[in-house]
Amino acid sequence: MTAMLNVKDLRAYYGQVQALHGLSFSLNEGSLTTLLGANGAGKTTTLRAICSMVRSTGAIEFEGAPLTGRSTESIVRLGIAHVPQGRGTFTTMTVEENLQLGAISRKDRPGIVADIERMYEHFPVLKQRYTQQAGTLSGGEQQMLAVARALMLRPRLMLLDEPSFGLAPLVVRDLFKILGKINREDKVTILVVEQNAQLALELADQAYVIETGRIVMSGAAKDIATNEDVRKSYLGY
Amino acid sequence: MTAADEVEVVAEGQAVEAVPKRAMTLGAGTSLTVLALLLIVPLFAKNFIIFQMTMLLIYGLAVLALNILTGGSGQFSLGQSAFYAVGAYTSAILMEQYDVNYALTLPVAGLLCFGAGFLFGQPALRLSGVYLALATFALATAMPQLLKLGYFEKWTGGVQGLVVTKPDAPFGLPISQDMWLYYFTLVITIAIYIFSVNLLRSRSGRAFMAIRDNEIAASAMGVDVALYKTLAFGVSAGITGVAGGLGAIAVQFVAPDSYTINFAIALFLGMVVGGVGWLPGSIVGSAFIIFVPNISESISKGLSGAVFGVLLFMVIFLVPHGARQVAIVSQQLIAKYRKR
Amino acid sequence: MELFTNQILAGISTGAIYACMALAVVMIYQAIDHLNFAQGEMAMFSTFISWQFMQWGVPYWGAFLLTIAFSFAAGIAIERALFRPLAKAPILTQVAGFIALFSIINSSAGLIWDFTIKQYPTPFGSAPFLGSQLISTHQAGMIGVTILLLIALYIFFQYTRVGLAMRAAASLPESARLVGINTSWMIALGWGMAAGIGAIAGILIAPVVFLEPNMMGGVLIYGFAAAVLGGLTSPFGAVVGGFLVGVVENLAGTYIPGVGNELKLPIALALIVTVLVVKPAGLFGRPIVKRV
Repeated sequence: MTAMLNVKDLRAYYGQVQALHGLSFSLNEGSLTTLLGANGAGKTTTLRAICSMVRSTGAIEFEGAPLTGRSTESIVRLGIAHVPQGRGTFTTMTVEENLQLGAISRKDRPGIVADIERMYEHFPVLKQRYTQQAGTLSGGEQQMLAVARALMLRPRLMLLDEPSFGLAPLVVRDLFKILGKINREDKVTILVVEQNAQLALELADQAYVIETGRIVMSGAAKDIATNEDVRKSYLGY
Repeated sequence: MTAADEVEVVAEGQAVEAVPKRAMTLGAGTSLTVLALLLIVPLFAKNFIIFQMTMLLIYGLAVLALNILTGGSGQFSLGQSAFYAVGAYTSAILMEQYDVNYALTLPVAGLLCFGAGFLFGQPALRLSGVYLALATFALATAMPQLLKLGYFEKWTGGVQGLVVTKPDAPFGLPISQDMWLYYFTLVITIAIYIFSVNLLRSRSGRAFMAIRDNEIAASAMGVDVALYKTLAFGVSAGITGVAGGLGAIAVQFVAPDSYTINFAIALFLGMVVGGVGWLPGSIVGSAFIIFVPNISESISKGLSGAVFGVLLFMVIFLVPHGARQVAIVSQQLIAKYRKR
Repeated sequence: MELFTNQILAGISTGAIYACMALAVVMIYQAIDHLNFAQGEMAMFSTFISWQFMQWGVPYWGAFLLTIAFSFAAGIAIERALFRPLAKAPILTQVAGFIALFSIINSSAGLIWDFTIKQYPTPFGSAPFLGSQLISTHQAGMIGVTILLLIALYIFFQYTRVGLAMRAAASLPESARLVGINTSWMIALGWGMAAGIGAIAGILIAPVVFLEPNMMGGVLIYGFAAAVLGGLTSPFGAVVGGFLVGVVENLAGTYIPGVGNELKLPIALALIVTVLVVKPAGLFGRPIVKRV
């Protein structure tokens, strides 16, 4: 299996403060990986660094192409979709407009129309509300919309930042089920950052644990889930 | 553009840069040097230079006032020229029509403008940013017209304005009127500067800055936002009023068209060039608005406005944060040099 | 009563001027989230360019189209050269930039074309419109073009991909980048469009206020006021605001004692500010909910 994303010695900075201290990891094509850690460990920063949303040094390669020096939008156009923390929904636009925006960098009109239909199949609740202003949707629905919007890019890699945040447990289960489906059927490589370690480890095949800007543990998700020390020291349960 | 009631959710962003409290003044060494220069230079200068230095201090006070309002409490105002005008006319009218001693007119001007600013701050409470700018713009454009109104003419002198008598040095001191006025202004300026620095360091100052940085959070923490916002307007207007009074005395006349919106815009530019929220920068800003237009005109009479614009652009490209940025960079360079 | 209706009609025709300017103001606000004080001067300069084309023999509509194209390009050029470097600077510094631009353009226009007032032609003629003494055909033409422009903008924003992208970039720049939109170019495009609309406004206004470097001074502030009154996020509101401001200005001048020509502006602004105190987001604007 080829490594789709290769991150080497990533250091990221917010002004003078260093948030990541030489992170290295890689994602295999088709894998579903989760990045775990406590608040402030650097999980969100890692995703932002991949998309060039924060100042960083180090080497990041996506399908062989280096990402350093590129703007966020050009990285996205390479096929990386990022569902940010807080979802980043265009609240003043309708559900359908949000989906259209997901595909704004694509040129194949018929493909886009077909994809919107597919999103409505994945997420029937969105179809019901397609002319509604996105800001009026519930938290769970907005999260679905954010994922659907990301999928409209037809991404090869999808990054999700704490998708379970603020959602009821049942809603989170549904969402994770859909993510699993997308990973298997649409062949989208997924990296999901989560605080909800238990659910994330159930979903993922690979896992990394981050603490204060460094990777402290990596391995198969089920190994990490069953490792007592890891659970107690890093995951709090 | 779609259906009527869409709600826009905005994360409270910062319109005015947060200058930390400790960075708001100069270090002791620099302050003393500047003070020494201000004290000594006029002793050797011609009267006209002394006059220009007096205006430098006066406009510096006006910019300082704006710095307290915008840099301190985050309220944007294009209306300072109105308060300056009120202060100027107060002094002029008291001196010329009621024979009041010039020094006594200043506290009156200051208090009157404080009251006016405080009152204006009330309706302004519900406005911010662009909307407050418009409201203060309205105030600034109204003022010259109000001053020309026939109804007030017997006090204000109408379109022609009033001539103001320049005071002599007291106790028969053998110095020129200009020099006396300069030192008089200097003492007042220093007093107001010290007052302002202490104000911003005090509890009120912290309240101002809390409001500037995040009004909702400040309110949630118990800051009486309404009181402090109007207070900031009042203090700022009061200081501007004193500056106006001094200006009237220095220039020796007041007329409506001296206090147009262009003056308010100039004060705004002075604040930006000096560094928003950086009190010592006020004098740099003042120097900019007094001297750069003259320089522009001497470079090209026909294109003086364009030259001014280009010079302004150069300044903001090089130091977008104003003179404060220059001070910080110099401090860093000096620190590096000392380490060697 | 007849005086009243007459004043209203007169107000609507001056209001068309403000409505047109307000459209340009809203356009730039949509792109960059603040107001460009130099907008009026850019419009004035464009109008002079069109006048110059006509002096060189280019027919009216040819000059019109060339000028719009030139203004569009100039707007983009100014943004790229002067304001993109300032994008990370504090907002107040950027405002100082607008003021500097104002000064440069105003002064340059004065030097190139001097300050004497010039006549500017209108394609609509200036006969009384439909027999009414108060609205000339030119003013009717102004209102017509403004409405057409409004419709065109509506279609652009609601039904085109670029329009959608621009709305997204203005609304949430970071999210827009995450769907692959080059937000930096969206801003440049916004400037270009605002400059083009401003040019149209200037060309329509010049026959009424006559062409000279200071022609837009008063108009711009009324345009701002109209845009703010209508709600800065709503082009439709801008147009309605423009007409309202025109009417209010006229009525204030006629009916409030002591208000001569000079106090019309502050009174109009004061009334607008009063509206804003009640409806802070303007008549048609989206109420803004601020989160901490």
